[in-house]
Amino acid sequence: MWVSCPLSWGRWAGTGPHPKPRLPSHPLPMAPRAELCPDGRGLAARLLQPLLSSQWGQQAAAKRAPPSQAPPSQPWPTEPGPADLIPASGSCHLLSLLPAHLSRVMALRAVEHSQEAANGLKEKVLTLDSMNPCVRRVEYAVRGPIVQRALELEQELRQGVKKPFTEVIRANIGDAQAMGQIPITFPRQVLALCVHPDLLNSPDFPDDAKRRAERILQACGGHSLGAYSISAGVQMIREDVARYIERRDGGIPADPNNIFLSTGASDAIVTVLKLLVTGEGRTRTGVLIPTPQYPLYSAALAEFNAVQVDYYLDEERAWALDVAELRRALRQARDHCRPRALCVINPGNPTGQVQTRACIEDVIRFAFEERLFLLADEVYQDNVYAEGSQFHSFKKVLTEMGPPYAARQELASFHSISKGFMGECGFRGGYVEVVNMDAAVKQQMQKLRSVRLCPPTPGQVLLDVAVSPPAPSDPSFAQFQAERRAVLAELAAKAKLTEQVFNEAPGIRCNPVQGAMYSFPRMELPPRAVQRAQELGLAPDMFFCLRLLEETGICVVPGSGFGQREGTYHFRMTILPPMEKLRPLLEKLSQFHAKFTCEYS
Amino acid sequence: MQRAAALVRRGCCPRTLGPWGRSQSSAAAEASAVLKVRPERSRRERILTLESMNPQVKAVEYAVRGPIVLKAGEIELELQRGIKKPFTEVIRANIGDAQAMGQQPITFLRQVMALCTYPNLLDSPSFPEDAKKRARRILQACGGNSLGSYSASQGVNCIREDVAAYITRRDGGVPADPDNIYLTTGASDGISTILKILVSGGGKSRTGVMIPIPQYPLYSAVISELDAIQVNYYLDEDNCWALNVNELRRAVQQAKEHCNPKVLCIINPGNPTGQVQSRKCIEDVIHFAWEEKLFLLADEVYQDNVYSPDCKFHSFKKVLYEMGPEYSSNVELASFHSTSKGYMGECGYRGGYMEVINLHPEIKGQLVKLLSVRLCPPVSGQAAMDIVVNPPVPGEESFEQFSREKESVLGNLAKKAKLTEDMFSQVPGIHCNPLMGAMYAFPRIFIPAKAVEAAQARKMAPDMFYCMKLLEETGICVVPGSGFGQREGTYHFRMTILPPVEKLKTVLQKVKDFHIKFLEEYA
Repeated sequence: MWVSCPLSWGRWAGTGPHPKPRLPSHPLPMAPRAELCPDGRGLAARLLQPLLSSQWGQQAAAKRAPPSQAPPSQPWPTEPGPADLIPASGSCHLLSLLPAHLSRVMALRAVEHSQEAANGLKEKVLTLDSMNPCVRRVEYAVRGPIVQRALELEQELRQGVKKPFTEVIRANIGDAQAMGQIPITFPRQVLALCVHPDLLNSPDFPDDAKRRAERILQACGGHSLGAYSISAGVQMIREDVARYIERRDGGIPADPNNIFLSTGASDAIVTVLKLLVTGEGRTRTGVLIPTPQYPLYSAALAEFNAVQVDYYLDEERAWALDVAELRRALRQARDHCRPRALCVINPGNPTGQVQTRACIEDVIRFAFEERLFLLADEVYQDNVYAEGSQFHSFKKVLTEMGPPYAARQELASFHSISKGFMGECGFRGGYVEVVNMDAAVKQQMQKLRSVRLCPPTPGQVLLDVAVSPPAPSDPSFAQFQAERRAVLAELAAKAKLTEQVFNEAPGIRCNPVQGAMYSFPRMELPPRAVQRAQELGLAPDMFFCLRLLEETGICVVPGSGFGQREGTYHFRMTILPPMEKLRPLLEKLSQFHAKFTCEYS
Repeated sequence: MQRAAALVRRGCCPRTLGPWGRSQSSAAAEASAVLKVRPERSRRERILTLESMNPQVKAVEYAVRGPIVLKAGEIELELQRGIKKPFTEVIRANIGDAQAMGQQPITFLRQVMALCTYPNLLDSPSFPEDAKKRARRILQACGGNSLGSYSASQGVNCIREDVAAYITRRDGGVPADPDNIYLTTGASDGISTILKILVSGGGKSRTGVMIPIPQYPLYSAVISELDAIQVNYYLDEDNCWALNVNELRRAVQQAKEHCNPKVLCIINPGNPTGQVQSRKCIEDVIHFAWEEKLFLLADEVYQDNVYSPDCKFHSFKKVLYEMGPEYSSNVELASFHSTSKGYMGECGYRGGYMEVINLHPEIKGQLVKLLSVRLCPPVSGQAAMDIVVNPPVPGEESFEQFSREKESVLGNLAKKAKLTEDMFSQVPGIHCNPLMGAMYAFPRIFIPAKAVEAAQARKMAPDMFYCMKLLEETGICVVPGSGFGQREGTYHFRMTILPPVEKLKTVLQKVKDFHIKFLEEYA
């Protein structure tokens, strides 16, 4: 079937022209993200824009929400829509593709003024037009409209609405325990003991867990998790993190005073970026981030009104990072901003590549030469699956490169308890290690962190266990190791399976999932589907993912939410569903793609 | 000059510098000259320095954990090393951290949290059924039935429902919609998120945010960070720190000349000032906000901490609704609450929520989007919040113990509030308003002219000078009034009332002795 479709796969074969990367076209700092978001609005607004501006949008909205009534609270999809906007499949109505709140917003916009007049309502202080324009530009696809729609579908299923599937599978987010991964026993035991110290007398808890809990409580104010910790985190836990880093990096020293515990890694990343952003106009800070990227970066940069500088990972070479491309991005960015930081995600999210040591050395040399502050997002450091791949920390490579890099290159490296083998996302634990940071700036960072008082103490406790697991002589050692190994082995098997099944599907190509928790396959979409999507005001891969969700219950995130080369389409899917669910899921997805392709051929 | 400064900085920080010498660094500088597009500065300069960093962040101040607290940490270390001091321990009366001061956690809350953390305990006979019931309910609402999953960015659904039910009960039946509830990482997170959305405009149309003086310095810190305009309105110290609408009017009129005042922040009960607003005053404020088209932020984290028998907490939400539809369907309001204060004092869990009223639906979408970038508030803090809003009820197994513990904490706080006020009133040169609520005394202190001079000679605010001396001589750590804002020429400090009663008495006595000595020394 794939062969029958008139699609160009030249680029895969390496014969076609390299697509021209999109470059920031607006030198003004007020519009740093303009190339990704032409109207300067958020994704939700962008989805709506064509609908709102079309006559149909307003009519439809008016029809559904009489001006005299309060905003409707029920979702729309049960009502039929105008025939010309039913997609070719005839199976789903456009409005049903949109989360209910977006639909409601449409309705509200249409009736707003008459309603205001009728009820004597004043115009609000806080509106889309009056709000912080930087916040409005923020986009975060991992929890975007597609996830809102998934939520609604789940609710409909619960209410007994008939669907072509029985459950929604949330493969959109790296949330292991939501997918059924059982928490590792030992960290939870230690945390329960810290939470409720009466349990220290219980015979049901192993001695090493109790010793650990007592040690942590000793280090807490009032010997309680209920006290604030110092803003950088409990001192003893920072020391444990430093020792962990030393072990990981083969003895290279780590200073606890360079460790700041955080509310998940996101919090720390945002803090370091915030410190870096300064200047106006052409001196505004530019930050190099990979494309595809984890959208926390683009979101934070939009919020800070910094200039996003995209460098493209090389899909043809398993998403490798190429220093020549860094150089290109930097050179072009210098025309309109002052690039001061370089973000690297290793292992890659959403792309799953694991960087080689040589590549890391090149990146460090480049950063040093070009005077860029390095941000190394290393939250997937325990998630390396491919044979021959190994995680190398930027800190270690930096130090081993010796002078001038070791003592001069500024680096912040991030880690988290949400990934790895523990998958304790909900506790929001993480840390940043800063290397070669100016002492005065470190104090500023400390001050900034102190405004938020401290990271949640339960997350700090779990982090402590993650960085100092039971030793071979401890009673919990065997069980801990067995649980840890089981989680990581299963993830490795799922990474392999995902790559394999996707690569068997015509029209889908998937690079090896060397690490992290996601596949980011490239898919071909027929021109008619692309055209259809454009008519609906949707990115083509968003259109695909929404249809996939409606028809199969599988929730994945379109590549456009992470960034991709113009004219290519991807989606990110986690490898986290349990093994027995994953294979049927992958097959269902491949089949849907085939059907979708045919439908629009 | 810059290079010299950099060298000095490096001298302070030998550990990160490493042992490499001058010749290598000049070699590096030469190498840099070869490369084309290059900032003019020396290679030895770091990328991120005090000069090159975000100036808004540099402008942030946060006295509650500022220099005096750093000094307290140093002194503690010195004590540990055996250095002799005129005291044996540092008493941290700088921050409202009840459990750090020895307050015991509420048993029921910790039981539920332990059950949620380690569900094997659900089979244990040593936990009461009502705690198990709540833990099961929370876990069932979590992804994968685990606190280890991310929740929805707005917070776990059933917890938001419980919060809404709590608000409805608190406000005598005024309805609350779970869709308007956003769980947060402590109240601070909610406050800064809402402020972030509100700030816009440039030059004279830049958003102005009205905050009380004295204020809790989170507000000024976030305003600096967002580069918004801080618009001060002064609480009336002579009138028990009451809020006067004429003063609001003065402040807004003056502010309109240079910014666009859009937000009015109220802290009730007051931090650091401890006043509890009367219903009449809240009505006046709401009317004023309506008139001036101001978005209201009501920081109500001390709503359970009201001690004076003749005052009562009124929520802005309730008063707003009772003022009728003209107000209740127009005035935009965000109200904040937290697990950190009240009777539970669970600061470390970072639990909190905000309720938004009359927020534009499009803005709600923007809010969820912004919150979703940080994924979710800590689920353990959300669970703690759930117990706060959904405590044991009469007839449940844990009700009696829970009530006893709660009464004991609140009774103690009331006693300590009275004790503090009484003690300070006896000291010449100290004036302390009644502590109607919250957790702090904010007494006004007389600082003699010679002491003011001595402070200025050291480039310190006079009350900082005073507090530093107090810390060095007695080990008591309090925060100078200048960190919260105060009328020019007046001096204060903020001290928590959280130390246990006996210790508090000693602390107050020591402050008294110190103050008298200080007055003599600088007479």
